[in-house]
Amino acid sequence: MSAEPISRREIRAAARKRSDRQNMLIAALSTIIVIGGGILLVTTRQGWPVVQETFFSVDAFRMSFPDILRGFWIDVKLFLVVEVLVLIFSLLVAVLRSTRAPALYPFRLISAVSTDLFRGIPTILVVYLIGFGIPALALPGVPNDPIILAAIALTISYTAYVSEVFRAGIDSVHPGQRGAALAVGLSRAQAMRFVILPQAVRNVIPPLLNDFISLQKDVALVSVLGIVEAFRVAQIEAASTFNYTPLLAAASLYVIVTVPLSLFLDRMQKRDRGRRRLEEARR
Amino acid sequence: MSVPVLEIQGVTKAFDGKPVLQGIDLKVEEHTAVVMIGASGSGKSSLLRCINLLVDIDDGDILLDGEVVTDPAVDPQRVRRSLAMVFQHFNLFPHMRVLDQITLAPVKAHGIPKDEAVEEARALLARFGLADRERDYPDQLSGGQQQRVALIRAIATRPRALLRDEITSALDPELVGEVLEVVRELKVGGMTMLIATHEMAFARDVADEVCFLHQGRVVERGTGRQMIESPQEPETQKFLARMLATRAV
Ligand SMILES: Nc1ncnc2c1ncn2[C@@H]1O[C@H](COP(=O)(O)OP(=O)(O)OP(=O)(O)O)[C@@H](O)[C@H]1O
Ligand SMILES: [Mg+2]
Repeated sequence: MSAEPISRREIRAAARKRSDRQNMLIAALSTIIVIGGGILLVTTRQGWPVVQETFFSVDAFRMSFPDILRGFWIDVKLFLVVEVLVLIFSLLVAVLRSTRAPALYPFRLISAVSTDLFRGIPTILVVYLIGFGIPALALPGVPNDPIILAAIALTISYTAYVSEVFRAGIDSVHPGQRGAALAVGLSRAQAMRFVILPQAVRNVIPPLLNDFISLQKDVALVSVLGIVEAFRVAQIEAASTFNYTPLLAAASLYVIVTVPLSLFLDRMQKRDRGRRRLEEARR
Repeated sequence: MSVPVLEIQGVTKAFDGKPVLQGIDLKVEEHTAVVMIGASGSGKSSLLRCINLLVDIDDGDILLDGEVVTDPAVDPQRVRRSLAMVFQHFNLFPHMRVLDQITLAPVKAHGIPKDEAVEEARALLARFGLADRERDYPDQLSGGQQQRVALIRAIATRPRALLRDEITSALDPELVGEVLEVVRELKVGGMTMLIATHEMAFARDVADEVCFLHQGRVVERGTGRQMIESPQEPETQKFLARMLATRAV
């Protein structure tokens, strides 16, 4: 009586193992054929040496990489500063827009209008407008440093996007949560801070990370202001040597930063989906 | 007689022109439990939310210890600090562990020192059989445990009165007994309570007064035994017959 279920379980496990092994073998074979074949196909073409020399030149890489890396450091610094500013301002805007206090009405109006406005304007245009427009005014006491202006432009543009993400997060919290927070005696501000915002932020971490990744790439837009960040350096090198390897080198630097972020995001979304299913199953 | 802790006078409320409360009068004396029964949609939850000032009433007055709290000049936060509410769906904070959930309001809204609040919360958790659950999140708890956490969260602020909106769906009999026990205990401890429930046995056994709500009006009121065993109004009789047909008292 007890021997039978065990042997059945063993049979099933063995069958599963067999099919797993088979699947893996097929996947490996198929990968070798498709990717290996592709590489073979490309590298045996007549034009391949020219392609290799133009895009994958070891010499050009060695020559340009240190400068590009130095330029990339500007990208990283700019990204980090702008990211923090964007997080602060967009959270402020989102919270402001969810308040009802009549005294704050003008601020709500301004943030609503500017959000809609700046979401509609291409980021590169905002960078251009602020980066060249403000110095043209020659106002006393206003910064002229292109890096500062670039940071301001990116912050304005991205605050418009990210504040909407936070606002969606605040809306996603069940209204009963606010009721419960008020019912235990918290003030409106405390309810926002301790009960609504923590849940709102948690709900929007995936879209938030998505916007981080976009920003990390859009930092390259500041090159239009003549800031010699990675893309600009690569562009100059490429133009003077007619070799595109520096551009690929710059691209790989951006990828090195964004890919781990994307992978992290994927994992998080998967976990989130799993958790949600679990919650639904409990209901 | 002394001033009742809670007094509802001719309260009306309409949602989008649809009347939900149509002149409710009700008193809850100190250390007593008043229980509201009535069909789904009769306005029990709405009344509790009005008392807690989560919803504005249209007409009438609500008094807490003789003070008209529905006066627009009254600070709602002050009123809510002296009332506590257990919601129909508990509305626990999903991002907070049981202990933090319970100490949040005492610390932030009532200015009780953190150590003291924690100590008190632990005592309450132990009293309700949840001593080993303080580090859990709400979704790790069973329905009955969630209900008890919601109750502890409410009474941890040492409220003047407890408003309790019980879940509609039938709890399993064991849980009904458990809830009954908890409410009895609170009553012995002197708590003043206004409770909405679907458990008739509960209404009969713990209530000092039972009110039957029908379409936003108190149609009949009396002691638990009177109301459940020999209701006078036809609406009450119909309602009880329906309740008794679906579940045993
Ligand atoms: N915020 C709201 N907006 C519109 N209508 C509402 C709102 N809250 C309650 N209602 C309506 O008021 C009526 C009474 O609802 P209420 O929740 O008070 O009933 P209840 O007696 O608690 O019912 P149950 O026993 O099912 O909990 C219902 O018809 C409901 O649809
Ligand atoms: Mg209800």
